[in-house]
Amino acid sequence: MSCVEQMKYKLHLERTSFKEAREYIEKNSDEVYYVNPGYKIFKDYYIIGVPPVAMGVRGTEMLFTYVKPCHGTFVMGIDSEEEIARLRENELEKIKKSLKSASPKGKADSGAAPASFADMYKK
Amino acid sequence: MSINRNNGNLAQEMEDMSEGKKALLVMGCPEVPVQMSMVIYLTHKLKKSGWDVTVAGTDAAVKLLKVADPESYYVQKTVDLDELIGDVVEKKVDFDVCFAFMHSDAGMTYGATFSAISKARLFAVVFGKNAEALGESIDYPAEKIVATATHNPNPLKNKIDKVAL
Repeated sequence: MSCVEQMKYKLHLERTSFKEAREYIEKNSDEVYYVNPGYKIFKDYYIIGVPPVAMGVRGTEMLFTYVKPCHGTFVMGIDSEEEIARLRENELEKIKKSLKSASPKGKADSGAAPASFADMYKK
Repeated sequence: MSINRNNGNLAQEMEDMSEGKKALLVMGCPEVPVQMSMVIYLTHKLKKSGWDVTVAGTDAAVKLLKVADPESYYVQKTVDLDELIGDVVEKKVDFDVCFAFMHSDAGMTYGATFSAISKARLFAVVFGKNAEALGESIDYPAEKIVATATHNPNPLKNKIDKVAL
């Protein structure tokens, strides 16, 4: 049994498909973040899902999908400012990474820029 | 005679090639009878070809397997599915090939998770009444083995027998 089942949680959707659960989170959250399957929350729960896996924030509550092989997908909500902060931080890291990976291309472009008018004419 | 000898050599070659390679069988909900039959069959078949086989499942699925194979003649290694996912994510373990058994949306979702977290060559083994529709809904990287089988394992067995590893 995962640690989330021992926490105080709300069930927003029960025994549904993963697609419907994702749509519920997207429609009913103030903020939506997308994580990869295997994203760890709380002590020992690794998110099961079909990418993109949506996770939502509504006030102090984090909404996420919880999948059980014999019962389908549930949308659970747990109050956790700590996990919400981690989710936002994770999103910031993703943006930073994408900016870093884009920067060498930018450098290459600037490197290709002409150094003088003479170079411009050569082109 | 010569055919038998050739077959023997081929089997030996296959065994040598897969020696030490790790296979994972992921069981879904055990409510459809063909799953347990095929898990035992495929484990036996892979082991005979030299694969190191681990079977993952829920507590109920693993219990069913252990009762069916009380002396672990066919299946030696079993593991809790959710614990295994944690270990694969944390890179403590991984496999060369993974067969994910599924007959429901939840099973399909577990397959997607393995597709994302593991480097294994993934086979989605889709069965049950809605196998065709479920198979079509799989849009993640996986080789699909689809058969509308619930009680009779042979349609699924015939397709699994055609898999070349």
